[in-house]
Amino acid sequence: MSANFIRRILFDEKSRSILIQALVIGIFAVFIYLLVQQTAANLERRGISSGFDFLGMGAGYDISIRLIPFTSEDTHLRAYFVGLLNTLMIAICGCFLATILGFLVGVIRLSSNWLFRNIAYVYVEFTRNVPVLLQIVLYYSILLHLPKIKQAIVLFDTFYLTNRGLFSPLPIFKDGFVIVLGSFFVAIVVSFFVKRYLKKKQENFGKQYPIFLINSAIIIFTPLSFYYLMGMPIEFEQPVLKGFNFKGGMVIRPEFIGMLLGLSIYTAAFISETVRSGIVSVSKGQREASQALGLKSNFIMKLIIIPQALRVIIPPLTSQYLNLTKNSSLGIAIGYADLVHGFGGISLNQTGRAIEIMLMVMLTYLTISLIISLFMNLYNKSVQFKGNA
Amino acid sequence: MSLNSLESFTHNKYYNWVIKNLFSSWVNSLFTVIAIIFLYKIGSFFLNWAFFEADFRNNFQGELITDRTFCSKNIKPGEFGACWAIIYARWDQFMYGFYPVEEIWRVNLTFALLPLALIGILFDKIPLRKYFIYFTFIYPFIAYFMLYGGPGLNAVGTNKWGGLLVTLFLGVTGIGLAFPLSILLALGRRSKMPIIKSLCVVFIEFIRGVPLITLLFTANVMLPLFLPEGVNPDNLLRALVAVTLFQAAYMAEAIRGGLQAIPKGHIEAAEALGLTYWQTTRKIILPQALKIAIPPIVNTCIGLFKDTSLVLIIGLFDLLGIGRAALADMTWTKLYYEVYVFISLVFFIFCFGMSRYSLYLEKKLKTDNS
Repeated sequence: MSANFIRRILFDEKSRSILIQALVIGIFAVFIYLLVQQTAANLERRGISSGFDFLGMGAGYDISIRLIPFTSEDTHLRAYFVGLLNTLMIAICGCFLATILGFLVGVIRLSSNWLFRNIAYVYVEFTRNVPVLLQIVLYYSILLHLPKIKQAIVLFDTFYLTNRGLFSPLPIFKDGFVIVLGSFFVAIVVSFFVKRYLKKKQENFGKQYPIFLINSAIIIFTPLSFYYLMGMPIEFEQPVLKGFNFKGGMVIRPEFIGMLLGLSIYTAAFISETVRSGIVSVSKGQREASQALGLKSNFIMKLIIIPQALRVIIPPLTSQYLNLTKNSSLGIAIGYADLVHGFGGISLNQTGRAIEIMLMVMLTYLTISLIISLFMNLYNKSVQFKGNA
Repeated sequence: MSLNSLESFTHNKYYNWVIKNLFSSWVNSLFTVIAIIFLYKIGSFFLNWAFFEADFRNNFQGELITDRTFCSKNIKPGEFGACWAIIYARWDQFMYGFYPVEEIWRVNLTFALLPLALIGILFDKIPLRKYFIYFTFIYPFIAYFMLYGGPGLNAVGTNKWGGLLVTLFLGVTGIGLAFPLSILLALGRRSKMPIIKSLCVVFIEFIRGVPLITLLFTANVMLPLFLPEGVNPDNLLRALVAVTLFQAAYMAEAIRGGLQAIPKGHIEAAEALGLTYWQTTRKIILPQALKIAIPPIVNTCIGLFKDTSLVLIIGLFDLLGIGRAALADMTWTKLYYEVYVFISLVFFIFCFGMSRYSLYLEKKLKTDNS
């Protein structure tokens, strides 16, 4: 009777699956319980206190690369935000540069010129087969071997390239600047409505309007005219060599430039491959059909090839952006003060709260990854096939 | 006669190739000229730096270079060639780390046996493949015994390992251990049991959402906190744990792609024949899914191999770590480009080799199906 009952449970798919899952949960719970207990015991024995109270304590170290003011008297929590902003800054700049470079190289890879094509190919193979960390370290050491401040390389009479970074003019915003900025955003909103209006008109009457030109004019000239109306409220402070260093202006430090170069050159190689395969994936017939219809070659690219290629390009592009963001954590190797270097490194060493800090750092990266995938998925939806397909 | 030769010249396939690929229009010709100038400038600079003007073991006066002050570029102004002597001087460290000199033959033997262990799983049409596969399974034990020591061999602690040895060890062992784990994760993610599925999803997405460096930190700092007192894994083992989990999550996604490509009819047919879940998985699904998934799997392996360089941040001396240690040494400091170019070349050879292999497989799989 009971043997029969056991057999029925074991051979019935539903009850067996419940049994297996209960077992897995049990093992998992025991594992977690043991882990927590062991960790608590270890922490107690080593005299490490736990909790998040350390966030309010003074950090006691300085961060040289920062977007918001930070001194050694500020708290660990503020150090966290300084690091987070630095991570976001390098990730955004890196994605931007990598996308431009990647699209450029991807298009060159398809060029009809054999030499150009193969130079791009060699670039791609050499950069994507060498670790990004090695590239960051290499570019950084090149930057550190630039001339000293006294012999700075002068670019366009305004930028000074030295082994301590790139010195450039600092824009100073005066009172009226808010209005210029506001007019810029208003212009963007207006151009959006203009586009909708003209599109509708085009659909109804069949006449084409140069929408792009009109909107570019709106977006460029509105803030520009306000800029002059308000009496040019931006001033540039030039860096001036005084003694052993530059005074005034702003400096982009070699750590940032090194990270930016390393991340974007490395990621651009991958992006160029996705761009290339995206364009190749659009079947030849599409181009031939549009040529037969008499479309001009730039219209073929804009209206036929690129919209279809984007469908293939966006998903792998998303994962490249994610990779770049995660690779930005390598700043620790050259002293770029990102989240892992400052908060995850120095704060951890000072407070000893390894579990709390690593948890915060990991959750932050998870959140950033999630946000990037969310936005890219939204964008992806907008470029995918619409209608009943 | 002259007309005839001109005609034969225009029909020459090389001439046509050049016209078509380099000078098809005036824009194209301009690009070609720009490209040639660019290549000449970059190429001549690099070749001069790396070969023609470079010091190998002796400088321009014929002296043996024993430290950086003997490099030609540090003696004679105007010299700029590379000073490869640092690579010669540090060769043992680049390859074996701080492995005792008299035991280095053990590492060499392990390196030499590695291709024999891999050949059976990389190529399927070689004679005696069965025996090569057997050897693949024995190899880890041989490697452990040879590298770490045991009865008859002196123990060499992992703190003495370094250079290419550590890079290869983390790469090969990480991939080897992650493979079975990733199959389980991929199957778990496609399981009908909600709890198992969600555990696998959470694990995979968590690992894929955070940078490897945070995992390495966690393993380095927190593993000792999680384990009972007295159990204290050494640094290399901690890194290996992080690397394996990391690789397993990425590989699982590659395998899931393969699993998704199997038509449902195969599973239904197998079930209709009365095969159990494990029989279906082992005999019907996995052989097909893994075959499809091999190219993306190889890609994750290339990624992992490059990512092993991150262990230098937690204080291990992999190839890049050893390179930086060499640069920190006063006798060789400032020879950055020589060291980094050499290490890049080593990584390039391995990674490019793997990507070529992946292409070869893709081509082969295509012909198999059509």
